[in-house]
Amino acid sequence: MKQFAVVAPADLASATRMLAEPNRSALAGGVDLLDMLKQELAAPAELVNLKALGGLDRIESVPGGVLRIGPLVTLNQLAAAPAVRERHPALADSAAQAATPQVRNLATVGGNLAQRPRCWYFRNPDIVCLKKGGTKCYAVAGLNRYHAILGGGPSFIVHPSNLAPALIACDASLALNGPDGERKIAVGDFFTSPKVDPRRENVLKPGEIIAAIEVPAPPTGARSAYLEAREKQSFDWPLAAAVAILALNRAGEVVHARIVMGAVAPIPWRAPSAEKILLGAKLDRALADRAAEAALAGAAPLAHNAYKIPIARAMVRRAILRAGGVADEPA
Amino acid sequence: MANKVIVEININGDPVELLCEPRQSLLEVLRDVLELTGSKEGCLTGDCGACTVVIDGRPVCSCLMLGVEAAGKNVATVEGLASGMSLHVLQQKFLEHASLQCGICTPGVLMSAKALLDRNPNPTEAEIRYALAGNLCRCTGYDKIVRAVTDAAAALAGRTHPAHGTVPSETASGMAGEMLAKGEAK
Repeated sequence: MKQFAVVAPADLASATRMLAEPNRSALAGGVDLLDMLKQELAAPAELVNLKALGGLDRIESVPGGVLRIGPLVTLNQLAAAPAVRERHPALADSAAQAATPQVRNLATVGGNLAQRPRCWYFRNPDIVCLKKGGTKCYAVAGLNRYHAILGGGPSFIVHPSNLAPALIACDASLALNGPDGERKIAVGDFFTSPKVDPRRENVLKPGEIIAAIEVPAPPTGARSAYLEAREKQSFDWPLAAAVAILALNRAGEVVHARIVMGAVAPIPWRAPSAEKILLGAKLDRALADRAAEAALAGAAPLAHNAYKIPIARAMVRRAILRAGGVADEPA
Repeated sequence: MANKVIVEININGDPVELLCEPRQSLLEVLRDVLELTGSKEGCLTGDCGACTVVIDGRPVCSCLMLGVEAAGKNVATVEGLASGMSLHVLQQKFLEHASLQCGICTPGVLMSAKALLDRNPNPTEAEIRYALAGNLCRCTGYDKIVRAVTDAAAALAGRTHPAHGTVPSETASGMAGEMLAKGEAK
């Protein structure tokens, strides 16, 4: 690992000014950053320690039922917060199922959204792939069992954030703070398709940090579910994850639907076609089947990852049934 | 750039002032600067948990944070578990249940288990397994570890463990016990 200095900014404005200088990295939980530094995939001269700033590690209820989550809130803090568990159980579950207890005590919400991909070609310091300014995505013709089945090209990473699908399904937004001030953006618009720029995963500009995550109150009667499938049960990166947030009327018809998948595409992957099938229809197992089918209809697997399609479909189907309170199999 | 920095950390109840490079992880600071080699270096990527220490009550991977980030924190390592030559009940139960073979994972497992029992003195088996999910052990198959933690929780609460009758409370003796007590098992 190369030498660097760790500096403590006095306030948010000086932090963003420091980060706008070349060769600076923001230090939050440090989990992904230290990985990148150890592999020398990043070699900043200075780490700007955001933990020196007070007040970014709190979850606050603001008027209107909005939860304002500080970017330095840890995954375990998020998973355990009563307000999150009560109002947004899928979000709490997506945090509780990420990584290990020790990592969840360090990893932050902001870092989870801004982390770099886990693709083994990207993480290999000896490989200059498309994401590192090279000319090709080695996953295309290489070992691609964990890569994208939707939205891939020219890079086929899957976005590693567990929280992002749940936040998108909650219609959450981010306050981004930079040298030019603060802007607000929907979480769904934070992520950048590799078709736009394969070298980055989000729209953060130099010097910009995630200053807050705002989650609005759920629609009346909405229920949510988060499910992920993994190879290893103790902890693992998901092969596919799905969030469903549904509200049903008295007749059992769907009046609000959000379906978002994780670990299937270079960005968190919302499935509007599935939501359209659900809306206005009476929820039963057949409807969940059709919606899950639609969610994966555009899947274009690589040589080794077609197996992820039925897994993702099952996650979507089960998340819909769980959120809708419909038993998975006939009694 | 290569300048070292002074960091003050409370380690196992003792205030410690040390000099380290900003790039040194807390694990490197513990092992290489302070010569507290109980915490082990495994994967260095947060996957194995061999480096687990407890900071302000929460288990973390000491390889995933910088030493300078521990400034002002209370860090508990495996060296602080025993009182002199008297083992902590978790260490005692690990010996009784043969919950270790090679021992590399043990300091990290003990610290994860310690943090769990401090927070939840009567955990279910599922809670124990969830709390220990970040500690890989390639020797035991985990069952003996889970039994030891269950038994330690029972002993701490003054209960007897249903599966094991009366909980013995003798202090460990012999080489393994002494090495565990001093956190010197390498």
